[in-house]
Amino acid sequence: MSKQTFYHALQVDEDQCIACARCMKSCPTEAIRVVDGHATISEHRCVDCGNCFKVCPVKAIYIKQDDFDRIFDYKCRVALVPAVFLGQFAEDIPASRVYSVLKEIGFTHVFEVESAVQIFAQAKNQYAIEGLGEKPLISSFCPAIVRLIQVRFPSLVDNIIPVKAPVDIVAKYAYKTLVERGVPRKDIGLFYISPCAAKVAAVKSPVGEEKSMVDGIINMDELYNRVQKKMKELGKNYTVPGFSMARLSSDAVLSTLTNGERRLCLAKHSLAIDEIHNVTEFLEKVENEEIEDIEFLELRACDQSCAGGVLLCQNRFLISECMYARARKIAERERNGETTNDSKLDAERDFLLQDVRVSAVKPRSMLALDEDVSKALEKMEKIQKIKAKLPQIDCGVCGSPSCNALAEDIVCRNASLERCVFMNNAQDPEMKDIWGEEKFKK
Amino acid sequence: MHFEYKVIEGDFVNAGIASSSVKKTLKQLNIPPAIIKRVVVALYEAEVNAIAHACGGTVTADIDSDKIRLVVADKGPGIPDIDLAMQEGYSTARPEVRDMGFGAGMGLPNIKNNVDKLNVQSTVGVGTTVEMEVNFN
Repeated sequence: MSKQTFYHALQVDEDQCIACARCMKSCPTEAIRVVDGHATISEHRCVDCGNCFKVCPVKAIYIKQDDFDRIFDYKCRVALVPAVFLGQFAEDIPASRVYSVLKEIGFTHVFEVESAVQIFAQAKNQYAIEGLGEKPLISSFCPAIVRLIQVRFPSLVDNIIPVKAPVDIVAKYAYKTLVERGVPRKDIGLFYISPCAAKVAAVKSPVGEEKSMVDGIINMDELYNRVQKKMKELGKNYTVPGFSMARLSSDAVLSTLTNGERRLCLAKHSLAIDEIHNVTEFLEKVENEEIEDIEFLELRACDQSCAGGVLLCQNRFLISECMYARARKIAERERNGETTNDSKLDAERDFLLQDVRVSAVKPRSMLALDEDVSKALEKMEKIQKIKAKLPQIDCGVCGSPSCNALAEDIVCRNASLERCVFMNNAQDPEMKDIWGEEKFKK
Repeated sequence: MHFEYKVIEGDFVNAGIASSSVKKTLKQLNIPPAIIKRVVVALYEAEVNAIAHACGGTVTADIDSDKIRLVVADKGPGIPDIDLAMQEGYSTARPEVRDMGFGAGMGLPNIKNNVDKLNVQSTVGVGTTVEMEVNFN
């Protein structure tokens, strides 16, 4: 059990919170409790998946970002934009139009994160070819999945392929390109446009790396609103100033959608699984060694992968559809011999692959009741006894997400059995009418 | 700590319930992941054996601070020659069981490779009891 603290992007605004417990019940790692009239998130258990953010009815859960005006601290203001950003705009709005509006609102350069996807894929394939790691290898692309494995499946940390994320590869590329053009280092500010909480956390405290090259984070919803507003101001007659920019390849556009990574991986047998509960169910099987022959797993915390990121402003299925439509158009141009942006990075392949590997992911299990086995055993015996008394209806009125969680909270975190409203009302005949006599004979 | 689970014959859908539950318990006890893995692999194997080859049975797990003791007892056909069954690749599985991906003859050998102590008692026509122990240190 680590006592170290971890950066978390998800925060609770205690004044806004109405203590409805929706977040507590939606959390896949039971990281949330209701205490003193508001939700609190345990930093040891939270994996920044963003489920709580999605279900909050009063927007009391927010994702920490940097102030937009911080970009103006730099002369050279670089936006690192993920492809799903474009998926929110109508298909007939070309990428060049969206990017030039980004420049109208203050950025000086735009780099597409997925232009690094081929390098990212090669780094992963290389790792597999060298026979490193445990099978099935798991992509490190989704930071919520990496964190989920650290806290809930510590025995699988060696299955994670420890390579830099595309955003860090493209940051390195952007930096080099700009420095070569004569921009002084101190003038360059790299800002990542994040589609979700997990990516924010990953940039702020990377797993397996000391520090990210990225200087700041802008949440995608905020940028989307700013771009939409600017587009309205500029009107329909706004002509895109002529700046040339190669486009992403169709493979790169699709890479952050479900199956996108799997398509680029060399493994004969691979699987793509999205949505964190689906992933958890499958990782249980991997942990039991029930899964044979699968060599590579693309696992994503969000349904529809990054199209379902919590900071996106459109329906995830429509975003995915829009991305496919854009990819189809690009594929047509590719067939006509047009070169794409990925090939520009390709020229820097050796440089970008140099330190693409990061140190191995370390486990930080949240499940252990105590570091000492005998003490943990004692606690577990107490928990079993308490569990047997509780109604197992997981109502959440006690402030813990389930009866089992309350039993653990009583033994490990000073909660009391009196919190169980069900047991307190055991004498009420109405209760017996609803739940039956048996439920109260404990 | 004592845990008991029932294993039902032919119930492949629920294969792994005992091993998953034991796994969660060991994680809570802060047992090193590598040791948990051995326990789970051995128990899952024994669980599937009871489901596939015997008429179901019971799994009991006794955990103390330095080891886990697992007993999988079934009322199945029994194993006529235990030494033979301990050999890799030896199998008496019916074709339909093999079609499901079970019965490759790796069960008992795989268990043996993952536990510190193994004792198999079997009487033909009565049943088989597999006792396993894994030390935590």
